[in-house]
Amino acid sequence: MGTVEYIQHHLTNNTLALNAEAQEAIDKGQMTFWALNLDTIAISFLIGALIVFVAARLGKQLETGKPGGFQNFVESILDFVSTNVRDAFPGHNALIAPLALTIFLWVWLMNFMDLIPVDLLPMLFQVITGNEHAHLKVVPTTDLNTTLAMSFTVFALILFYNVKIKGVWGFTKMFLFHPFGKFLIPVNIVMTLIEEVSKPLSLALRLFGNMFAGELVFLLIALIGGTLAVGAAALFWAPLQVLLDLGWLIFHLLVITLQAFIFMVLTIVYLGMAHEDDAEMGH
Amino acid sequence: MSINATLLIQMIAFVLLIWFVNKVLWAPLSKLMEDRQKKIADGLSAAEKGKHELELAEQKAKEVLKDAKTQAQNILGQAEKRGSEIVEDAKVKAAEEADRIKASAQAEIEQEVSRAREGLRKEVASIAISGAEKILAKEVDAATHNDMLETLVKSI
Repeated sequence: MGTVEYIQHHLTNNTLALNAEAQEAIDKGQMTFWALNLDTIAISFLIGALIVFVAARLGKQLETGKPGGFQNFVESILDFVSTNVRDAFPGHNALIAPLALTIFLWVWLMNFMDLIPVDLLPMLFQVITGNEHAHLKVVPTTDLNTTLAMSFTVFALILFYNVKIKGVWGFTKMFLFHPFGKFLIPVNIVMTLIEEVSKPLSLALRLFGNMFAGELVFLLIALIGGTLAVGAAALFWAPLQVLLDLGWLIFHLLVITLQAFIFMVLTIVYLGMAHEDDAEMGH
Repeated sequence: MSINATLLIQMIAFVLLIWFVNKVLWAPLSKLMEDRQKKIADGLSAAEKGKHELELAEQKAKEVLKDAKTQAQNILGQAEKRGSEIVEDAKVKAAEEADRIKASAQAEIEQEVSRAREGLRKEVASIAISGAEKILAKEVDAATHNDMLETLVKSI
């Protein structure tokens, strides 16, 4: 298998066509909406189920007086999230903190799939299915569908709270008179539109881009051993691969945490902005 | 990396996960943490209250102790006074008793003396009579000369 095919193979989803037309398009390598990325869905669902399962088990043995090690750990995550919510979110909304916690846990765990050796799960999958060309893309956040799904949900909440807090007229006024006042209404509409639409897009693309690039670097490092370590040269290339892999892994551990954190904080901030009444807006 | 129906599934999954996380993780755990914070705050205020009460109790104890001391002093003083009174009383009584005993002794002595004197007188009378008998060498009728003898005895 060549280098390009190796990388492409790793970055292709295991896709199920929902109708014949879609199947045709997939076979031709074209885009189609009516298809499901089974690997993305399965892995993200498994991770979500893991969170719920562990949380439910923890919930059965909660202690008020002397919390054990794992409960302490989870409590510190909760504390961390609620501190961020308190700092970045004005007012009170019972939905924000669980939303932020969900984002942080889910995104972090999905990103964490990136740290599992790149060939391990795909190879296991190929052995299990008996198909040596079976696709498996293990990191759900390297699939735009996942990151966009989250950012669109957040966007829907932003719109909902904008209308709920400011009212329909207040929200419209934001588009008309913000940021340049009443004499530049057409410019205002364009500016505000860009501002609002860029929120979900930047959220989704930032996470996707970071994770996709990280995965790509892991693949390139894996290629060192795969293509160059032949015969005696392995003595040189194999240790280098291990070293580079370790370095990138440690750095990437920081990146996945940072990306999960940024997604969470920006969600809180955007929803906080949606909750602000239009008192300071020019009109 | 195409966008397809996975997007919709992931949105549903995300919303469900938010609901689940809130239900099984956030709600119970944050309630527990709030309860604990409340408990700690209650404990601290109770400790503060206890400290205050202890201070009050100490102050009260000091007052009671002071009262007890003055009372004890009073009782001691009274007891001393009463003691000296009793001693004084006893002294007076003893003196009286001594006087009484002395007086009765004196009376007894006087009685004894007078009785002895009487005895002696009678003795002298009889001696005088027997002496007179011997001198006179003659019977003197005691009965006839009784009056004279009586007078004689009395003059001795």
